[in-house]
Amino acid sequence: MTVTALMDYAAFIIHGFIPGLNGQSPGTFWMPPQASTLAPEVDWVFYLILWICIFFFVLIVALMTWFVLHYRKREGHAEEETAHHSMALELTWTIIPLILVVLIFYFGFKTYLRMKVAPANALEIYVIGQKWNWFFQYPNGHIDEDLHLPVDTPVQLIIRSEDVTHSLFIPAFRIKMDAVPGRYTRAWVRAREEGVFPVYCAEYCGTQHSDMLADAIVHEPGLYEVWLEKASNLLNTMTPVEAGQYLVNKRCSQCHSVDGTADVGPSFLGVWGREETLADGSTSVVEENYIRESILEPSVKIAAGYENVMPSFKGKLKEEEITAIIEYLKTLKKD
Amino acid sequence: MSDIVAYPGTAASPQAEGHTEDNYLTHSRGIMSWLITLDHKRIGVMYLISILAAFFLGGMMALLIRTELLTPGDTIVDADTYNKLFTLHGAVMIFLFIIPGIPAAMGNFVLPIMLGAKDVAFPRLNLTSYYLYVIGAVLAVVSIVVGGVDTGWTFYTPYSTTTMYWGVYWLTFGAFILGFSSIFTGLNFIVTIHKLRPPGMDWFKMPLFLWGLYGTSVIQILATPVLGITLLLLIVERALGIGIFDPSLGGDPVLYQHFFWFYSHPAVYIMILPAMGVISELVSVFSRKHIFGYTFIAYSSIAIALLSFLVWGHHMFTSGQSGLANMIFSLLTFSVSIPSAIKVFNWLATMYKGSIHLDTPMLYALSFIFLFGLGGLTGLFLGALATSVHLHDTYFIVAHFHYVMFGGTVIAFLGALHYWWPKITGRMYNEPLGRLSALIIFVGFNMTFFPQFVMGSKGMPRRYYHYADEFTFYHVFSSIGSYIMAIGFFLIAGYLLHSMFRGRKAPANPWGAATLEWKCSSPPPHHNFDEPPQAGDPYDFSDLVYDSAIGGYVSKQNPQPAG
Repeated sequence: MTVTALMDYAAFIIHGFIPGLNGQSPGTFWMPPQASTLAPEVDWVFYLILWICIFFFVLIVALMTWFVLHYRKREGHAEEETAHHSMALELTWTIIPLILVVLIFYFGFKTYLRMKVAPANALEIYVIGQKWNWFFQYPNGHIDEDLHLPVDTPVQLIIRSEDVTHSLFIPAFRIKMDAVPGRYTRAWVRAREEGVFPVYCAEYCGTQHSDMLADAIVHEPGLYEVWLEKASNLLNTMTPVEAGQYLVNKRCSQCHSVDGTADVGPSFLGVWGREETLADGSTSVVEENYIRESILEPSVKIAAGYENVMPSFKGKLKEEEITAIIEYLKTLKKD
Repeated sequence: MSDIVAYPGTAASPQAEGHTEDNYLTHSRGIMSWLITLDHKRIGVMYLISILAAFFLGGMMALLIRTELLTPGDTIVDADTYNKLFTLHGAVMIFLFIIPGIPAAMGNFVLPIMLGAKDVAFPRLNLTSYYLYVIGAVLAVVSIVVGGVDTGWTFYTPYSTTTMYWGVYWLTFGAFILGFSSIFTGLNFIVTIHKLRPPGMDWFKMPLFLWGLYGTSVIQILATPVLGITLLLLIVERALGIGIFDPSLGGDPVLYQHFFWFYSHPAVYIMILPAMGVISELVSVFSRKHIFGYTFIAYSSIAIALLSFLVWGHHMFTSGQSGLANMIFSLLTFSVSIPSAIKVFNWLATMYKGSIHLDTPMLYALSFIFLFGLGGLTGLFLGALATSVHLHDTYFIVAHFHYVMFGGTVIAFLGALHYWWPKITGRMYNEPLGRLSALIIFVGFNMTFFPQFVMGSKGMPRRYYHYADEFTFYHVFSSIGSYIMAIGFFLIAGYLLHSMFRGRKAPANPWGAATLEWKCSSPPPHHNFDEPPQAGDPYDFSDLVYDSAIGGYVSKQNPQPAG
């Protein structure tokens, strides 16, 4: 690391300890950007606790160091008898921390209440967690792989899971809520700046857990509606092959490569028309119905050498989208 | 002071002049004399060897994990292997090392001698407990052989009931068996402390290490059965398809989390209470000062043991649990911080105006106060609801629990190991190397785990195989720290092995401690004490004086027998 880089880093660290200096982006030493209205409130609680921690940590280490230096064993120094206890002193270091933790609880709870309850008339977006993709369903029924939302508008996220427990985590918004199978959970956000922010899965969900990513895209006023209109009709503006390529890239590429590399699932390169050996030893030719079945009922035919881990995409892909994927796979021929 | 009774140098004394060389190590010979021994000291040593093997295994996995994380993409293993590594690292470290570490290894050796007793109340149960531990450990190893487990040590459903890796049966059943080992040890310790205290030792004259073990034993007995039942239900659901946790069978996945944390949060205190007990002993002995605020420290152990049962819901703030439940669990969580704060300040007050001996065990005690202080304070971010939601399941959590469990319990375990090593083996170790390795581990530890706080608060989720480029610097720094720590641990292994064969013979009381185990010779004779000794104030050192001829402390009143 160069000297300049080190100095930049030092400035970054100093910056991070002073909440008043928080830039909007790219975040501070401690925190990611404050992209939601709740973020500054959460950070205020964070820095309050941080300073209480720094105070007590410095106090403890300073006392310890001072005692070690002054009372270390050496020639001419002997221990002195002191009181074995002191009710006044012990009550002091019981009661002061007690008051402080009650205060911390109070501020943490106060902000949490605002995080918990969305304003009325919030825009509702359904969030679906599934190994290993996030899906976002918009009021007009469009399902997308990224979270698009208008700036400065309250958005209620209604979250569920198709398989195991996942957790929707958007650091820049300071929100996290588990996607629990068999029930709905909620979180809400009001974005305060345009931009693109990472969306993670925070609850461990298997092989591709760390690839279960999406983007939270905050649109400037008026452009969210424009995007939604365009995205809902995207396939109409493309040839089926282009649309198929787009969909494979968005929804399948975590597990299926298009360059011949075996991943969690078989590569799509050269798959069309091949006689596939299945896990039970039988074979099946990859044609339209095979692909359609593999998308909607993936556990029926498992390619030999692979595990039965693919979730069903029933309801997540329309018939014409499946057709588009089939058309695209037809183009992926081995040279 | 007058109630300190120096052990009389009569023929009945193990330390008597001309006392034979017979000790618990030489008392009987042959492999069977160890395998079916009922001697708590030998069982303690067998535990010690076993848990150190587990620690080595878990540590190697940690190094592989840290090496994988040197780059944001694929580094040395594939994603599934990485997931199995962190699962087994967690399970091995928690179930096979930290939980039994201080109580079953150190406690087994020390507790009866501290009480002036010949053994624990139920020696056969003690041996059973050890073999249950071995069976549990073997099952854990089998789970690796049959393909591994990739659920994370928490075994969350429905992932654990649907994952393709069958090792989950073996590992959860292993943990189930280990639970019984833990319960039996706790039961044994509680009865031993109640029934076998020597004359002169009422409850509030017990060494604080015993209070720590007592608190832990209470939790082990009350909480562990819940884990056992939970894991059994998991196995039943997976094997027979009976819907308990899986919503597709009519179950509730959040119920599993409640059950699991109802055990696993108190289990955190199973791990830390004996560590706090060790630190109370070390700080007092090496400061040559009576412990400050004995009563507050003793009661705070019990307070922690009881309050620990009321806070499990703070692991589930983002699980969809109701806001009201979150509020209550947040408030109760803060209550646990108070007894811990009391202990830290009382340890500091104990050092005041002492004569602080910076021997290896004391360096670990100081290291504990620093690291546990940081670990405890960062818990405040996680108790507060607003910040906890953001930090949950990120590296901030990983850093926090390593500061508490490793910086706390493992560092205290190392302090205990160095403190009681002369008593266990009868040999002294290389002191300068001891201090050096304590320093290396301290530096390496902070390099490994401090950057994890920062990347966590910046949004790096835990259990990630791939990560965003912006976190590379922290991960590389952290991995380098882990290699430095590994050097410290190999150094310890080296000089401790050396000391067993070449170490200077240990005196009975090398540190000048006033608890009863130091009145036995090092190593202790088979029966510890031929007659129950009279116990005095465990923190009154005024009767002890250093004798440079033997390199240890002897009683002023009766200097003769301390051989």
